[in-house]
Amino acid sequence: MVAVEIRNVSKIFKKEAQEVVALQDASLDIEAGGFLCLMGPSGSGKSTLLNLIAGIDRPSGGRIVINGDNIAGMSESQLATWRNHTIGFIFQTFNLIPVLTAFENVELPLLLTKLTRTERKEHVDTALALVGLKDRMRHYPRQLSGGQEQRVAIARAIVTDPLLLLADEPTGDLDAHSADEVLAILEKLNKEFSKTVVMVTHDPRAARHATVTRHLDKGVLLPEGVSA
Amino acid sequence: MIPIKYNLRSLVVRRVGTLMTVFGVALTVSVFVSILAMVQGIQGVFVDTGEPLNLLIIRQGSQSETNSFFNRDIKGIVGTMDGVTAVSGEIIILLNQERTTGGSTNLLLRGISDKTMELRPKIKLAGGRMFKPGLRELVISKTVSGRFKNTGLGDTVKIGKTTWNIVGLIDAAHTAYDSEVWGVYNEVSGEFDRPIYSSLLVRVSSPEVIQSVKDRIANDRRIKLDVFREQEYFAGQTSTATPIKVIGYVVAIIMAIGSCFAVMNTMYAATAYRSREIATLRVLGYKRRNILLSFMLESFVLSVLGGIAGCLLALPVNGISTGTMNFQSFSEIVFQFRVTPRLMLEGIVFAAFMGVIGGLLPARSAAKTQIIRALREA
Ligand SMILES: Nc1ncnc2c1ncn2[C@@H]1O[C@H](COP(=O)(O)OP(=O)(O)OP(=O)(O)O)[C@@H](O)[C@H]1O
Ligand SMILES: [Mg+2]
Repeated sequence: MVAVEIRNVSKIFKKEAQEVVALQDASLDIEAGGFLCLMGPSGSGKSTLLNLIAGIDRPSGGRIVINGDNIAGMSESQLATWRNHTIGFIFQTFNLIPVLTAFENVELPLLLTKLTRTERKEHVDTALALVGLKDRMRHYPRQLSGGQEQRVAIARAIVTDPLLLLADEPTGDLDAHSADEVLAILEKLNKEFSKTVVMVTHDPRAARHATVTRHLDKGVLLPEGVSA
Repeated sequence: MIPIKYNLRSLVVRRVGTLMTVFGVALTVSVFVSILAMVQGIQGVFVDTGEPLNLLIIRQGSQSETNSFFNRDIKGIVGTMDGVTAVSGEIIILLNQERTTGGSTNLLLRGISDKTMELRPKIKLAGGRMFKPGLRELVISKTVSGRFKNTGLGDTVKIGKTTWNIVGLIDAAHTAYDSEVWGVYNEVSGEFDRPIYSSLLVRVSSPEVIQSVKDRIANDRRIKLDVFREQEYFAGQTSTATPIKVIGYVVAIIMAIGSCFAVMNTMYAATAYRSREIATLRVLGYKRRNILLSFMLESFVLSVLGGIAGCLLALPVNGISTGTMNFQSFSEIVFQFRVTPRLMLEGIVFAAFMGVIGGLLPARSAAKTQIIRALREA
């Protein structure tokens, strides 16, 4: 089954008079339960493609259908709700809210749902247990190591039980040991919890956790097995 | 909804900026509340003065007791009207007295009758004794006593051509009579050689009588008088507070504009500083209007804190007693600043307004944050 269907998608950024083609006519199917790794040199359009799938940016052309929904046709507000239900996003820089504890950070996406306080607590507990940080839930981000912060961020991404997990260089700011932990969690989520994962990375070792790797170069999505 | 603790803790994190803004709003609110406390105090004096069954009669068109005079025979005519139970004929003289703080102003001297105290039950002797008939003796409101030279209990003061002794202090319960000096009618009238009444204070037996007495006087061609309910007469003088009120509002509005900009500045800084957090919240599924509301709320909280602080700053003026010119009677009116709970609530609402207005543009710009751009910024 195809979870994400990308058809002839392009993205052009206009900077004053200049146009930057960040993504050119990309087509790609992502299997449900797959683990796709996107690689390529800096500026090749990896983040652009990931952001388009996440519905936080809009394509200049083409069609993106996720689980049957064409996200190009959604309003800003519909898209926000859709993201909340469907997408778990993991950033390179973690992006935890510094004034909220680990628990409160993970709870954030659930505050948009109809869940009760107790139900929310159960979900947050489960998510934090999954990343092995239940004992740190009262800690603020500044009291955590980088690796722990990223694991809290993963808990926040999975707490709504989304269809897709999208990670943009999730190990880019981590030491080797923490990076391995994070990759192991992503692999576990993919294998044991059948989450569809799309991960952007520069690290060939990280790519080994993926089932499929695709390369981009200067905005062009290269065919399977081809790298720049 | 973005939880309010996000905003509260963010305010704490930026505590220097928060405190400075809170202080700015507090100053504005304290000025606003203090001026209104003054207005409230002045108005309160007039509103609290008078008994429901008392009528005040003055010369037609004279506007106030100070400008009024009429023939003493009229007291007899009014006294025999149906429903009238007591009449006090009184005379008003304006004295130019030196203030203890320097400068001089008009002090209102009332020559009173033996009915005066009976018709004004709120007024009590607070020290010394009442004057004796036939003597040039005075009693003075204890509020006024400290404000003018030679007006303490036991002092002698030159009025007209003779020296008068101050033998008693009265407490007029913060009514307009707390701004007066009283002597016996005959002595006051004699001293100034004015055999007239300035006003009659009339007690009627029931509220129904009021209209009939008014009609009788209006229809009597021998007399040309205006009849007011005592309360209504004094309530009409609350306009004394109008100039202060106008100045107060102008000052408060100018300061409020300044405070709005201070709030706006602080909130713009906050949204710029937290653009990555805003973008993250948007990625998690929060909508633009959630962001707008959250930052409006933060601005609101910031300003309301300022409002509360402003009320606390203004609280010490409560009860301070001071005077101003009553332009109806051209004499000094003494009043106390009144910081009432209602007034403090108004101060906080005023602050909240500043918060909402100052926060609107920054919150709108926060709501419009471009997710991609904010995330790319380091
Ligand atoms: N918001 C934007 N405005 C203008 N240009 C942009 C914007 N976002 C991306 N670009 C441009 O689009 C191209 C692709 O950018 P993208 O961020 O997708 O690259 P990337 O493969 O993720 O690179 P990196 O490995 O450095 O993260 C780049 O040339 C970049 O400068
Ligand atoms: Mg990138």
